[in-house]
Amino acid sequence: MQLSRDELIESYRVMRTIRDFEERVHEEFSGGAIPGFVHLYSGEEASAAGICQHLSDKDKIASTHRGHGHCIAKGCDVRQMMLEIYGRGEGLCGGKGGSMHIADLSKGMLGANGIVGGGPPLICGAALTAKYKKTGGVAIAFVGDGGSNQGTTLESYNLAKVWNLPVIFVVEDNGYAEATSSSWSVAGSQMDRAKGFGMPAVQVDGHDFFAVHEAAGEVIERARAGGGPSLMHVILNRFFGHFEGDAMTYRAEGEIARLRKEKDSLKIFRTNATQAGLLEDADMDKVDKEVAGLIDDVVKESEKATPPPLEKLTTDVYVNY
Amino acid sequence: MSKKSYRQAINEAIAQEMRRDENVLVWGEDNAGGTGGDGEQDAWGGVLGVTKGLLPEFGPNRVLDTPISESAFIGAAAGAAATGLRPVAELMFVDFMGVCFDQIFNQAAKFRYMFGGKAVTPMVIRTMYGAGFRAASQHSQALYSVFTHVPGLKVVVPSSPYEAKGLMTQAIRDDDPVIFFENKVMYDDEEEVPDDPYAIPFGEARLTREGDDVTIVAIGRMVGIANQAADELEKAGISATVVDPRTTSPLDVDTIIECVEDTGRLVVVDESHPRCSVASDISSIVAQHAFKALKGPIQMVTAPHTPVPFAPELEDAYVPNPAKIVDAVKVAMA
Amino acid sequence: MTDSIQPIIMPKWGLAMTEGLLASWSVVEGVTINAGDEICEIETTKLANMFESPVSGLLRRCVATEGEDLPVGALLAVVAASDVSDVDVDAYVARFQEDFVPEEADDTGPEPESVTVDGLRLVYLKQGEGDGIPIILLHGFGADMNGWLFNQGDLSEVAPTFALDLPGHGKSAKQVGDGSLMWMAGVVEKFMSAMSLPTVHLVGHSMGAGIALQIAADQPQAVKSLTLIAGAALGDEVNIEFLEGYVAAKRQKHMKPVLQQLVYDKDLISPDMMEEVFKFKRIDGVIDGLNTLIQTNFVGGTQQGSLRDALSALSIPVTIIWGREDQIIPVSHTDGLPASVKIEIIEHSGHVPQMEHASRVNEIITATIASAA
Repeated sequence: MQLSRDELIESYRVMRTIRDFEERVHEEFSGGAIPGFVHLYSGEEASAAGICQHLSDKDKIASTHRGHGHCIAKGCDVRQMMLEIYGRGEGLCGGKGGSMHIADLSKGMLGANGIVGGGPPLICGAALTAKYKKTGGVAIAFVGDGGSNQGTTLESYNLAKVWNLPVIFVVEDNGYAEATSSSWSVAGSQMDRAKGFGMPAVQVDGHDFFAVHEAAGEVIERARAGGGPSLMHVILNRFFGHFEGDAMTYRAEGEIARLRKEKDSLKIFRTNATQAGLLEDADMDKVDKEVAGLIDDVVKESEKATPPPLEKLTTDVYVNY
Repeated sequence: MSKKSYRQAINEAIAQEMRRDENVLVWGEDNAGGTGGDGEQDAWGGVLGVTKGLLPEFGPNRVLDTPISESAFIGAAAGAAATGLRPVAELMFVDFMGVCFDQIFNQAAKFRYMFGGKAVTPMVIRTMYGAGFRAASQHSQALYSVFTHVPGLKVVVPSSPYEAKGLMTQAIRDDDPVIFFENKVMYDDEEEVPDDPYAIPFGEARLTREGDDVTIVAIGRMVGIANQAADELEKAGISATVVDPRTTSPLDVDTIIECVEDTGRLVVVDESHPRCSVASDISSIVAQHAFKALKGPIQMVTAPHTPVPFAPELEDAYVPNPAKIVDAVKVAMA
Repeated sequence: MTDSIQPIIMPKWGLAMTEGLLASWSVVEGVTINAGDEICEIETTKLANMFESPVSGLLRRCVATEGEDLPVGALLAVVAASDVSDVDVDAYVARFQEDFVPEEADDTGPEPESVTVDGLRLVYLKQGEGDGIPIILLHGFGADMNGWLFNQGDLSEVAPTFALDLPGHGKSAKQVGDGSLMWMAGVVEKFMSAMSLPTVHLVGHSMGAGIALQIAADQPQAVKSLTLIAGAALGDEVNIEFLEGYVAAKRQKHMKPVLQQLVYDKDLISPDMMEEVFKFKRIDGVIDGLNTLIQTNFVGGTQQGSLRDALSALSIPVTIIWGREDQIIPVSHTDGLPASVKIEIIEHSGHVPQMEHASRVNEIITATIASAA
């Protein structure tokens, strides 16, 4: 599927926004400005961008604890995301969700999720809604290699297949479940697992936007056409630890530096796009500059913004005690 | 109006809501009645037949069987609810919550709050509870206290067929996730139930009788047992108020306190275990807010802090009965 | 001599009643009672009420004890002349108890039926046979056919009776149109056509009386007599606190004072009766219907549209019955009515004399119907 110039620039903007957002959150978290747990998506941008490029608001996604990238790619407001991560009242969830629970149902984003493997069952339900209401929408569950070992994920493979749901399970395999290597913790292979459920599967280099985009196009098209669920095994890397503060001593010396040099999805995109004559460097330089300004602005605003008023503690839930 | 069983009352409420709102769907293990076999359709309707008859009327797009994968299909209910359906999912025995609890208490229960009020999760989880079926430790528990503890869930424990229909109707119309506890021993209990659809609001207790000497708060099937005890007590000249909270979350604290203020004594009857339970919760609320009205010690009549035993003699001794309630009232009155 | 021994048995108030609780005796053995005297209080699942003796004579035995639950037809008391020996009385009691078989639970007599007019399901209870001109009973705001449970049995000995659940009430459809008396009257007129009742006697209570009067005005040839009990549309006043309280109250403690305004004897309002009201109000569409009726007919506590003029134009027997202590619509609405209208004021009665003094009201209705012949 050939993307237009505008679509390519937009996809690059998504990836650049994710990268800058995450690098900046890393920086601000280190400085103590951001409370709580954050799990960063730097390095995995091509996966979220390549898949979500096919989606509109009627399509639903469920994300993971490492959810910022999926949120941005699905169209969540970056300013409100940053405010949420800062725990501000103007945040996307009013400051009550935080990094691990950013959601915007109006954009089809059913939430980052603090529970590994929490999303796939939900996405079966979202897909059933789409199927029953004949919206033409699809539903996508992102899980990591860690989440791929949860019973919820495997149960959902089965349910999605049995109910013939328009679901895509995306296993973003960044090589580590927290600190434990997927080479050790995953028995068999992701591809064989899908096969065991009678589900088509595709393995793709998650650093290459174009590869992800093409593979996603096929599985999403099949789901939309009523062909049932598929699995994407996306192989990629994360540039940061499991969470911020992770010293990453389980990773080889120099591993991160090598990945940043050789497996940077933004650099790979730029090279591929320019070599193919699709975009000029200047196009992307312009995006880089705009995004840098945006992230600067939202961080500055988030620093100054006010926390939620205390009375919000007991709203949005039934309380009478 | 006609006599209907607890089972029929629940079935009728679901059917009427399905007619009223095309977004109401039903799923669970064998809920459609056994999909895929060569025998009859609608064979079961859930293991005890509560959803029987829904498949022929509403078809396979609205009444679905599921694999035995509680995490997946209970979670699917949450995801479907957040995206525009009103699913009624069956978690067959509440004892099975252990295999899917995350989807209930971390996902469904929290969406509205975590997402800053921008999500609603209108789903009902129907589930069976209660001892008396000789079903032993993993098919007999009364675990509503566990769910009552979790903010974001509403917990319904209907005490009769009339109550079950009205509360199920409300449960389906409610925008929050509702755990609907059906006592499997009561499925064949009958009483007059209106044919018309009606909803009983949550958080409004019902007084099945009003007396002067003691307030007995009872949950679910225990309401009937408490009324039997109250009949016994009346013969001994003790008049009891019996309160059926209907929902343990929200809990009608005001009515319970008012009744205790009128009678000065409280006995709580609860089929679940005694620690960190609805019984201990109600006791603590009354101790906190109506201490000065109390003329005697609060009494709890509960199951013991043991798993549910199998041997009929042991199980019969496990569940609260009228005699135990009468004894507890006498202690409260002493 | 046993011919002169008369039993007093547990009455059957309404179809659903299978047993009653004898709450208390108001008389003692050895007194002479007259038919119509209140002799005991009986509680049913529907309501508590004073039971009026159906017979006159010397009360020889109070067989039932206070607090006792007894099936319909069970022996409550025995009346016999003073010259009947105690031995004969006791033998009578023993024989009665030996022979007594409670009616089967499913043998509940006539069942409500339904007919659909203009897409509205109307439920009614027919009691009584014969070729007399039928009597239609129209209940008031928030009530239903059960409001006539002390009356329909007696009246059905005169002619066939139809106790109707009005739209928005009981088991009938819950739509109330624009809520006007005229709309309601139109539905009842269509009911009469559907049931092939070209001529009727109408008995209406409160709002139902307003509807009855509207029907008489619409179709004077079809209505042979009119009995209006505490009727609407005869003056301006109405107790809006009652109406709004009835709709709003959700708990017994709030409902009790509201319903107590209906009656002279405040003890008549039982918890079961309140539960019946709650059950009614929970039915889908009921609250909307009641609110429409209030908005259209009683907004702000003023009755909209008097039908006094229509009353003057009628040439049929019209009787107006009112409880002296009515707190819902004041008895003063009987002032200044045309001389042709017979007015019966019932002492010690609130808004529901047909329940509080059923025998007297039944006599008045029967006499009104007889005078139309």
